[in-house]
Amino acid sequence: MTERLYGPDDSALDGNAIGGLLHQIFGTEMTTAEATCAHCGKSAQVAEAVVYLSALGAVMRCRACTSILAVIVRKQEMNCVDMSGLAALQTG
Amino acid sequence: MSPVSRGFHGRRREADVDAKRVPPGQYVTTDFPVLSAGPTPHTPLENWTFSIKLGGETAKSWSWQEVRDMPAEDVTADIHCVTKWTKLDTRWQAVSLDTLLAQVEREARYVLAFCDGGYTTNLPLADVTGGRAWLAYGYDGAPLQPEHGGPARLLVPHLYFWKSAKWVRGLELLDADEPGFWERYGYNNYGDPWREQRYAGD
Amino acid sequence: MAGTAVRGRLTWQVATVTAVRPETASVRTIEFDIPHWAGHEAGQHVDIRLTADDGYVAERSYSIASAPGEPLELTVERLDDGEVSPYLTEELRAGDEIELRGPIGGYFVWDGDDAGTPLLLVAGGSGVVPFRSMLRHRARIGSTVPLRLLYSARSLPDVIYRTELDMPCDGAEVVYTLTRNQPPGWAGHSGRIDAELLTEVAWPGDHRALAYVCGPTAFVEIVAGELVSLGYPPDRVKTERYGGVAAP
Repeated sequence: MTERLYGPDDSALDGNAIGGLLHQIFGTEMTTAEATCAHCGKSAQVAEAVVYLSALGAVMRCRACTSILAVIVRKQEMNCVDMSGLAALQTG
Repeated sequence: MSPVSRGFHGRRREADVDAKRVPPGQYVTTDFPVLSAGPTPHTPLENWTFSIKLGGETAKSWSWQEVRDMPAEDVTADIHCVTKWTKLDTRWQAVSLDTLLAQVEREARYVLAFCDGGYTTNLPLADVTGGRAWLAYGYDGAPLQPEHGGPARLLVPHLYFWKSAKWVRGLELLDADEPGFWERYGYNNYGDPWREQRYAGD
Repeated sequence: MAGTAVRGRLTWQVATVTAVRPETASVRTIEFDIPHWAGHEAGQHVDIRLTADDGYVAERSYSIASAPGEPLELTVERLDDGEVSPYLTEELRAGDEIELRGPIGGYFVWDGDDAGTPLLLVAGGSGVVPFRSMLRHRARIGSTVPLRLLYSARSLPDVIYRTELDMPCDGAEVVYTLTRNQPPGWAGHSGRIDAELLTEVAWPGDHRALAYVCGPTAFVEIVAGELVSLGYPPDRVKTERYGGVAAP
């Protein structure tokens, strides 16, 4: 695919933006955790993931291949986390 | 119980609003917030098509010019986002989905809208016909901007606005309901704002 | 460099505003009193939560401007189309309460313990906030680590913390580039940060420097990319993106 179908995305954030949310979910600081993409196999720190954050939910994507790593939806007082896009998530 | 932040109002609220137009739990805004799950696609119009798929095959496909040549309507609608903001009297230029679906022989009960970027959302066929849904390419008198779903998005105002899929490229006709992107992550399969069907199980 | 785990549960706490100070026409620094604040590291941020009287809730994140050991301060830039920043910069006053959660982050932090590795801090607009915490921390611990801050701002009046930055401590240099307009007689840099400016200002790629880049997303992408082109190993370039805020 030679066409550039996606323009530079000025509104995208990174894993730092969901640091508080992840800390609340996992009970520990997670921005330095190593996330391995289930699609392309690359690993990177959570802080380096591409994050789309809106009131609908947080979508974490692999910076290397753009596949979805995780989706967090806040439902009332609970966080629903889908991490099926992660092959591994390792805290230091 | 969170303390109230003195003087905080959030997005500017319109004062004299007919409460009957506002579904439960919603706040009226004049803004048009952008909510995304991925990068904004920029498909060149010469490559853009809108298709209807049936049984894994494309039953019918239209180019951008063909869609623009179809009879269009000026639609004014109130839109309700599941994130609690409601925007009244939004104005769109759009082709009714009835016009598109009439060109395909179908027996399906559900549709799954598919979009550039991989986003999908599911709806009953009955909710995208009968004058209740459109393919919209104009907003507020101008071409629909990419961050709001341009070149074209679904417009289904009677359901929560995540069902009005941005960057839509077609509808897959299905016999069984299949949850789309946000539905799989916990949002309601149907999404009626008047019954506050935000999350699965509501 | 391994991030330090933030100990303890992260819960929402009520913080009371003790002071609001103007930094520029659209930027304010807000000082808070929080009964159970556990302290923080330079570079970390907090999440804040505001609740309107009709129950409407908004949450945002802001970088901590104060150094570890100082009273908690946040610096906020008013965004014209913002939902929260106009409230924080124009309405909030001493005595008001907001909810706050933090400190957050173990990646974009500098604790001073890095054996003299030169530091390069590159800020776009309000991206300078976490770097103020790092600069003040460096001064408080008496570090002489060589440090350069390259700060891109629209104009001189838009430079946040100008007085403080014009008096940097031993071994710290601050370089400005003004992108929209410059005062008469300006002898400093103009225009956006590019490969040429970075080649001139950044530590060379083989100096084992640690770079931090913070600001609007587009700014961070460009600068981080250029630093890697200059020879910085990608894992020596730390990034924090603020999204689609006004470009400096």
